[in-house]
Amino acid sequence: MADDAKPFLQVENLTVRFPVKRGGMFGGKAYLYAVDDISFQLKRGQTLAIVGESGSGKTTAALACARLVPAHSGKVVLDGQDFLAASDVELRKARAKVQFIFQDPYSSLNPRLRAEKIVREPLDSLQTIPAEKRDEVVQKLFKAVGLRPEQMRLFPHQFSGGQRQRIGIARALATQPALIICDEPVSALDVAVQAQILNLLRDLQSDLGLSYLFISHDLGVVQHMCDEVAVMYMGKIVEHASRLDLFNAPQHPYTKALLSAVPSVDKERREAQKRILIPGDPPDPIDPPKGCRFANRCPIAQDICSRSEPALEVKRRGQGESGHRAACHRVDVA
Amino acid sequence: MALLEVENLRVELTLRGNIAPVIDDVSFSLEAGETLSFVGESGCGKSMTALAIMGLLPDKVGRIAAGSIRFDGEDLAKASDKRMREIRGNEISMIFQEPMTSLNPVYTIGEQISEVLRRHQNLGAKAAHAKAVELLDAVRIPNPAARINDYPFQMSGGQRQRVMIAIALACEPKILIADEPTTALDVTVQAQIFDLLRDLRKQTGTAIILITHDMGAVAEMAERMIVMYAGRKAEDGPVEPIIAHARHPYTKGLIACVPHLHAELTEERERLVEIGGIVPGLAEFGANRCLFASRCGLRSQKCLDQRPQEQKFEAGHASACWHAEAV
Repeated sequence: MADDAKPFLQVENLTVRFPVKRGGMFGGKAYLYAVDDISFQLKRGQTLAIVGESGSGKTTAALACARLVPAHSGKVVLDGQDFLAASDVELRKARAKVQFIFQDPYSSLNPRLRAEKIVREPLDSLQTIPAEKRDEVVQKLFKAVGLRPEQMRLFPHQFSGGQRQRIGIARALATQPALIICDEPVSALDVAVQAQILNLLRDLQSDLGLSYLFISHDLGVVQHMCDEVAVMYMGKIVEHASRLDLFNAPQHPYTKALLSAVPSVDKERREAQKRILIPGDPPDPIDPPKGCRFANRCPIAQDICSRSEPALEVKRRGQGESGHRAACHRVDVA
Repeated sequence: MALLEVENLRVELTLRGNIAPVIDDVSFSLEAGETLSFVGESGCGKSMTALAIMGLLPDKVGRIAAGSIRFDGEDLAKASDKRMREIRGNEISMIFQEPMTSLNPVYTIGEQISEVLRRHQNLGAKAAHAKAVELLDAVRIPNPAARINDYPFQMSGGQRQRVMIAIALACEPKILIADEPTTALDVTVQAQIFDLLRDLRKQTGTAIILITHDMGAVAEMAERMIVMYAGRKAEDGPVEPIIAHARHPYTKGLIACVPHLHAELTEERERLVEIGGIVPGLAEFGANRCLFASRCGLRSQKCLDQRPQEQKFEAGHASACWHAEAV
């Protein structure tokens, strides 16, 4: 189909900023650019992972894609339609196509509603299917995520963490979305339960042809789930590549440092891996440095890095269609 | 003699009138300068073991019902509260998971580090302050003389955890218990904290008990590990052989259920191994059978009839599984 070749989600120059108060009586308004001019695409049935440390803007980027925080500028095109410009009626229709799975399965479910009502809620509010069919859909969803029918009548507190995340997934599937944004879907779960949820997400993806925008800080999980990876640092994408390219041939020094910091049970990897230390903390996000934002912690920074900001450009051909891109002056362009 | 010898420890919690053995007949020893890791899911008794050693079991709810905790020849299970207060901080210290909540928000970090020194080593205010600056420098906080007057909210998560380590190491303890010290931190910060702990151990010879759920962290940090399940020891021994060939199905599951980064990534992605079900509730703790049986693929009638005995393998490797040979 021609439709499949087109990206389902297209994000162009997306910027999200938050006003912050400056001290003093005459302190003017300042802005924190949580997401600063990022662009990416996601095809149907694929998974794009956004990785980065806390404060890198990955969650804000995801929220902005779902219009859960207002974007300052840029475009989010969803299935050919400008999502950010959509009017109320259009928005309601478009919302059915994008759903969200949240990090914390404890706080993201309404404790006063029964599980079946939680899963049914998006159907009721977005009205994608007639009312008499909704019960049947809810039953199917419970089965699809591995919950038993008798559990439909229970309240969230009667479920374990993993089961609650399954309810969250069922709710996200209710409106038959094409894109699910998963914001750290397993980081609040025990390791043994993580595996169950990750396997479920992959099964659902191959059964239903879902696209995932997968936000995580756990590189092991990302490696297992993604087709492509974008690495964020202080609101910018610093590297974007296919899964194998990024993990086997990282280009940006920040990505290298991030990968080298992950402890591993693989003895071979531990011995081959040279730890790249990045000292200190990221600079103040309200007043980011002029040049490369990573320059003050970068082991290979030179004068040019603090003077001008590197663009995200193709450094290697790589496997992905759009090549292996990185934003670094010190990495040669292919 | 080992620095710490725990023998047949049994810790009971009394909840709503029911008594549950959250630590059930656990024995282990810790040598000076060694790093020992406790691994398992939440609710398996890792933190309870640490609290029992520290004498910090929840008041009126938890108690040591049997067994001994011998530290330098002294039984901590029978020590008085006064004696335990001397030992805590001086001889055995602990750092916690949440560096945000374990520091007092209304005191500067300098005051919080000095407090330990003044209380335990009877230093004067000036001497304690000077030592606190030294300690901050030792945990690699830049510009320690100025940062010492900061409040916890002025520091990042990684820096707060460094301050916690400085407090824990202030009196040069013989044992440092680190309860999930990096779970709340980013990976690059975690790597920094691990490096710091390794270096400090080299310099001071402090033995470390590292509690974690991350097998990767165990592989990087520890020489020996103990896998806990439902208050019992599932497997115990040197780290490398266990990771190479675990002898308990639970350990094997714990290693296989996490997608790890490998030296060379390939196109294939195998389905993750699932350990079905969850850790049993407290009501089932203490039963005379294998508590892992309900989640285990190797279950036989014997597992349901009798609690497994330890099967020994080479180099002090032991597994509490009836089918350890077959794993």
